[in-house]
Amino acid sequence: MEIVCPAGTPAALRAAVKAGAHTIYCGFADETNARNFPGLNFDREEMREGIAFAHQHGSKVLIAINTFPRAGSEAIWHRAVSDAESCGADAVILADIGLLDYAARNHPGLRRHLSVQAAAANADVVNFYASEFGVKRVVLPRVLSVPEIAAINADTEVETEVFVFGGLCVMAEGRCSLSSYATGRSPNMNGVCSPASHVEYHDEGGVLDAKLGGYTIHRVGKEESAPYPTLCKGCFTAGGKEGHLFEDPVSLNAEKLIPQLDKAGVTALKIEGRQRSRSYVAQVVKNFRAAVDALDAGLPMPEGMLARLSEGGAMTTGAYKKTWR
Amino acid sequence: MTQPALSIPQLPPLAARALRRLPLTPLSFSLTAYARRIAKHHPGLFRRLGEFDHTRFVIDPTDLPFVIEMQPNGGQPKIKVVRGSGQGEARIAGPLAGLLGLVHGAYDGDALFFSRDLVIEGDTSAALALRNAIDDAELDLSAEVAQISGPLAAPLQKALSFIENRTGVSLSRQDELEVW
Amino acid sequence: MELTVGPNQFFWSADRWSSFYDDLAKAPVERVSLGELVCSKRLPFYDDRIPEAISTLVEAGKQVALTSLALVTLKRERKLTAELVEMGVEIEINDLTAISYLPEGAQFSVGPLVNVYNEGTLDWLKRRGAIRVCLPPELPLESVQALAAKGADLGLVIEAWGHGRLPLAISGRCYHARRHGRTKDNCQFACEEDLDGLDVRTQEDKPFLTMNGVQTLSDSYACAVHQIDILRDAGVSALRLSPQSNGFMELCAIYRRVLDGTVTPEQSVNDIIALDSNTRLSDGFLTGARGVDWSGASA
Repeated sequence: MEIVCPAGTPAALRAAVKAGAHTIYCGFADETNARNFPGLNFDREEMREGIAFAHQHGSKVLIAINTFPRAGSEAIWHRAVSDAESCGADAVILADIGLLDYAARNHPGLRRHLSVQAAAANADVVNFYASEFGVKRVVLPRVLSVPEIAAINADTEVETEVFVFGGLCVMAEGRCSLSSYATGRSPNMNGVCSPASHVEYHDEGGVLDAKLGGYTIHRVGKEESAPYPTLCKGCFTAGGKEGHLFEDPVSLNAEKLIPQLDKAGVTALKIEGRQRSRSYVAQVVKNFRAAVDALDAGLPMPEGMLARLSEGGAMTTGAYKKTWR
Repeated sequence: MTQPALSIPQLPPLAARALRRLPLTPLSFSLTAYARRIAKHHPGLFRRLGEFDHTRFVIDPTDLPFVIEMQPNGGQPKIKVVRGSGQGEARIAGPLAGLLGLVHGAYDGDALFFSRDLVIEGDTSAALALRNAIDDAELDLSAEVAQISGPLAAPLQKALSFIENRTGVSLSRQDELEVW
Repeated sequence: MELTVGPNQFFWSADRWSSFYDDLAKAPVERVSLGELVCSKRLPFYDDRIPEAISTLVEAGKQVALTSLALVTLKRERKLTAELVEMGVEIEINDLTAISYLPEGAQFSVGPLVNVYNEGTLDWLKRRGAIRVCLPPELPLESVQALAAKGADLGLVIEAWGHGRLPLAISGRCYHARRHGRTKDNCQFACEEDLDGLDVRTQEDKPFLTMNGVQTLSDSYACAVHQIDILRDAGVSALRLSPQSNGFMELCAIYRRVLDGTVTPEQSVNDIIALDSNTRLSDGFLTGARGVDWSGASA
């Protein structure tokens, strides 16, 4: 299986390549990609150099242009697709129908992957994206169980890529505007979710309030780990019951499910985390590369190496196990 | 350094007390010279800061009796070491070894933050930009120090070797694959 | 400007559901989109009532469309969606899956849960057979204006979100079931008791969101009365009102009066609040810094 790794900076790209990544995904330093965070991503020159470096080492580079172009400003996104091709990208990862149509018509030689932000959640719609826009691979949304993924693969020729590690969207990706409701900035339009610019922490006597857009999303005591106030992982009250109503502050770790995902026909395993440091990326890549190499060699899976790399340490296999729902 | 993020070495209180007598003005001057040298070698670091390249940062090594006020100043950085809490738009606080480990790629910023070894106050975006810019720059503080000469080098080298000896923290860049 | 009623987003009993559409036949609206948008498990409870509701509305002179599900994952849901296009009624797609079952060239309308953010997307939808598009409520006014202009060029009817709790997210997980300690497959229809969804409050006890099974809505009711003139000038030709359990027919009448110019937007806000004094309004997606913001006087 192919390991697809994040790189938020050229240094992280080099670290991922050296750690054994088959494929790296990254984005331009602007609103065209869904990790438009301060200090992250690549200018055109860095992208060209990064791709050259990866290619020299036998790795591929995918460029995520996976926000939804703003009406009146589509040229910014069109330019990103064109620059991705001229930088030598092995594929672009797109979510927007209009942009897919544009890329298919104007850059037919540039391989197109469907971003998770398009939340294509069944075989019929996957095949539809393939026939309409020539999509060769689909990144599946994190709402599917392993049997559902197997069912999709049984009914399509399109390659599938699934997330195995890192941050976890609880909502269907690209179908969520919780963040812009509370802050005015959203994954679809701005490439950010629960953005740092709207985060405030208040520490009073060790009790830490994590706020987003003025709403207290978490309140933790002195000894607890500090949560980032991601809206869908906040602590809320409904009908007199308090708790993490949508999702606990956990991150995804499906390393144990790799053999099952392989059997389900999945082509590539994706690691989330373009916002993480180069050392984190190197470490996760190294572990997952060892796991798929073991799988290919018919050896047992190495286990449990990644727990302390996660948010607050808590992990879940998410929707891959049906009881999550 | 092979410790997990959960056991960051702390500067022993006795050592910290010794640092209280450190004259801060020469240290500020030499840190500024040092930072300008880094700026010259790593212009990308300041480009990456983007809109935050004039933000005033306060770096607060919680086990030291002073804080570092740092202004990227559009690529002409200024550094001032002060006692008390310092002034700036964004504060990054944590044990010195954790802060240095971040610079050298030995720790992941998110992991330190979630474990509350690292505390960020004020402009979270600015702190994030600085973290990302530094992670990309692949700095090696020891190598940079070794290249400084002249009167400004002495106080800095003295301070760094003091820290290295007392904490066991490596002040050199780590290989990403070996650090955890 | 037309008034459109969107599909009911909540789980109502079959009797409540039927009587809602009986009443709606008499309401001053031009168009109704109905059917199950949120959860396929709710549909068996009232799907036999749908044909009757359609004929009642059609007889009353309303245009009618049937909505697709917002998120299609299961085999059963794929089948349901495929069958929808065979009903002989205009389909409002709210997930692209539904288009894949439509024969090439068949006409359809596009609901607010399809990501229509730009001209290129409108253009492709038009080529594929779309005749009408209700824009996603997240769009700022500048985008709505640009898309309405493009819609006019293409001959597409452009509709905007007018009133109602905002559909903010859809998930594979059922939050109502989770709150009751159940899984989605064994949900026991926990969402049935909450006619307008269940209030979700923050740690400082501020109302914030609304839970509705696999869907998450805003606490506030989006309300576009202050932007009606701008939307009309931009070429938006319909406003969508989203069903709520209380005073909905009166709400339709209030919006009709604003559109006719017989009451001012300010007066209509008072009338809307009078329907339920607990209602919080928002229009921030259109003109504010963030979705939850409200351009009117604070209550």
